[in-house]
Amino acid sequence: MKFLKNLVDSVKPHFSKGGKFEKFHPAFEALETFLFVPADTTKHGVHVRDAMDLKRTMVTVIIALIPTVLFGMWNVGYQHHLAYGMEVSVMDNFLFGLWKVLPIIVVSYAVGLGVEFAFAVIKGHPISEGYLVTGLLIPLTLPVSIPLWMVGLAAVFCTLLGKEIFGGTGMNFMNPALLARVFLFFAFPAYMSGDIWTDLSPEAGRAIVDAYSGATNLVTFDANHAHLQSALDMFWGFEQGSIGETSVAACLIGAFILIVSGVGSWQIMVSCFAGAWLMGAFLNLVAPSDLPTHAMHTPAYYHWLMGGFAFGAVYMATDPVSAAQTETGKWIYGLLIGAFTVVLRVFNPAYPEGVMLSILLMNVFAPLIDHIVVERHIKRRMRRVGGV
Amino acid sequence: MGKNVIIRKGYDIKLQGAAEKSVTDIPISDVIAVKPPDFPAVTPKLLVETGDEVLAGQPLFFDKNRPNLRIASPVSGEVAEVVRGEKRRIMEVRIIPDKGGMRYVEFPKDDPAALSREVIIERLLESGCWNYIRQRPYTLIANPEDTPKAIFVSCFDSAPLAPDLDFVKDFEPENLQAGIAVLAKLSADKVHLGLKPGQPEGDFPGTHVVNHHYFKGPHPSGNVGIQIHHIDPIRKGEAVWYVHLQDLLMIGRLFREGRYRADRLLALTGSCVTWPHYLRAITGQRMSDLVGGRLKSGHCRVIQGNVLTGKTSSAGDFLSFYENQITAIPEGDQPEFLGWLLPGFEKLSLSRTYFSWLFPSRTYDLDTNMHGEERAFVMTGQYDKVLPMNVYPVFLLKAILARDIERMEALGIYEIAEEDFALCEFVCTSKIDVQKIVAEGLEYIRLEG
Repeated sequence: MKFLKNLVDSVKPHFSKGGKFEKFHPAFEALETFLFVPADTTKHGVHVRDAMDLKRTMVTVIIALIPTVLFGMWNVGYQHHLAYGMEVSVMDNFLFGLWKVLPIIVVSYAVGLGVEFAFAVIKGHPISEGYLVTGLLIPLTLPVSIPLWMVGLAAVFCTLLGKEIFGGTGMNFMNPALLARVFLFFAFPAYMSGDIWTDLSPEAGRAIVDAYSGATNLVTFDANHAHLQSALDMFWGFEQGSIGETSVAACLIGAFILIVSGVGSWQIMVSCFAGAWLMGAFLNLVAPSDLPTHAMHTPAYYHWLMGGFAFGAVYMATDPVSAAQTETGKWIYGLLIGAFTVVLRVFNPAYPEGVMLSILLMNVFAPLIDHIVVERHIKRRMRRVGGV
Repeated sequence: MGKNVIIRKGYDIKLQGAAEKSVTDIPISDVIAVKPPDFPAVTPKLLVETGDEVLAGQPLFFDKNRPNLRIASPVSGEVAEVVRGEKRRIMEVRIIPDKGGMRYVEFPKDDPAALSREVIIERLLESGCWNYIRQRPYTLIANPEDTPKAIFVSCFDSAPLAPDLDFVKDFEPENLQAGIAVLAKLSADKVHLGLKPGQPEGDFPGTHVVNHHYFKGPHPSGNVGIQIHHIDPIRKGEAVWYVHLQDLLMIGRLFREGRYRADRLLALTGSCVTWPHYLRAITGQRMSDLVGGRLKSGHCRVIQGNVLTGKTSSAGDFLSFYENQITAIPEGDQPEFLGWLLPGFEKLSLSRTYFSWLFPSRTYDLDTNMHGEERAFVMTGQYDKVLPMNVYPVFLLKAILARDIERMEALGIYEIAEEDFALCEFVCTSKIDVQKIVAEGLEYIRLEG
């Protein structure tokens, strides 16, 4: 470590004020603080500080994402081999997925961080850690067959229009990773729907089995919910879908990590799930009895298991920057996301993944929700202290 | 009638180096100083010159804006020097104390219960003891012309490593009683004492206007601002007075002994102190006489006050007027390799992102490292967990940053003080200087509102 520290210290003057590479100071600083927690001490105010910082926060989210990454990789291999009717080992499935998914993750990080560094250097502000998470979220929301140039484009769109245009991490009002996905969804519909969910790269001497269908459960259930895969398959994630979204189990492990560590809001997660179930149950009640296959009849808890609902509720809706900030607001925000997701799924087959759109919609409404909560708080305060 | 208030939000930072209940008497320094900057919003006008002889209890300067506020010398001796800072602002009035015993300005000895409110106010002002009576909002010396809606005394300190005020007060139970009697006269009809469970009401006797309230819960339950908030919240245009328990003893001394006797107990605390215990010293003593030889080797920071709200001090500095505690902790000026990635069993965090949360009863040797760099505000709900008030901290801070007076008022600016937000600053993931923002907001509204 001493060696590293000496190395960093020896090049530091070049990046400091007056040095040769002064312009690149933010980039250097980002690398330096990545290696070493700086020796900065408290100046005014409190003399001791909580050990948590934004780096630790982000790394906790990344750890919480690992189950979905690992499962996603395995599932990519599993779905591929399933389509060709091949039975291979768990390891082979995983390695196949690793080989397919890793480039997507690498491109997402490289391009996104490149834009962040460039912006930091041009604008002279420190590099925030937000993209460490965003850069992993983007690949997990994409189908495995996505061309890499689209991943790069999404990363650029996400950092530029999702964050930097508003002033960087903490200033954006919509979830940047979801914004990237929705951008691809609307800009390149051909690549984002249809038979894209399974990697169908050819296997020597094999043909795709007849039973293969490229339709995800989200598409199936709109036609006839009875044709859905079993709840257990969907819970574990043995289904087609975006790389990281299929396994509810993996998401729940992540949710556990986020909730225990205090990084993710349990209120938002619980209220999202509650909102979806309540809306699902309500639709069950009012569903037309003469159409037993209608999507409204889908058992309410199936909405938790299908598609990316759990992934969205656990990792996307809880983004503290774009979510509601007040305690009460978080409950309302989550309930609305859950309910709206189900409405979109059931009544608008053109947009099968309702959770993406409803989170973004509620991101937009979050400030309004907070505003209403704060105004009510002020009214209560007035009553309590008898007018200001 | 007293209330029982349960404080659920807050946090006790458990540090190493709590003071042992043992007292060392510190001999008087060869020079002591009274520091006008200790008194917020006071513009000092000198009443003495270099070379003047002064008695303990004799005014050294007064406030230009409120001329009846006088700040007295804590010792008898000779005015040695007036230290001035930028724009000739008076920073210190230094006095060389008498070698052969203290000479005091003598005041009558009286039972405060038998005196009128006017006489009491006059005597407090004359002796400089009035300065111990402060007001909220704004944490200023109280205005003697006001009639406060209530007077509060917090009878315990919940801050990290704070002095045990029971230990402090038990040296002078009669002075405490006299002090409470003074407050009973000063307030129209309400004195509120904030106690913690286990403190008997009988230790704090008073007339029927004295109410005993119990506050159970973590820091900041001992902050007087939190207690005011839960008992009798401040509205716009109102003032609540408060006195620190140890300062109340000084007021009691004035009436029982007829003197302004300015020695007080200080808790010398923190992991850098070789023997954390109590010191009896006089206001204005030189810091080197208090901490010299009592610190461990290594790079330490000496703080007047506690780690949340205290001010960084140095050996050449002098003890401030309202101080009850000195804390010394290591400076955290060493970089740490991948520190944000390690499990962190020895790191304290309210979040459970470091594994130290598995050991809830551990005490910590915290240093002054920032543990990260300042960032835009990201994490939500953190401040709310440590602020036991019906206040939305983030929205109030935003209103302050926007200098929106109407919104600040609506969100409760009059009820808060910097110290109440200290824990918010401690927990802040984005390392924002919360207390500084609060101080700016209060100053702004005091001058503009």
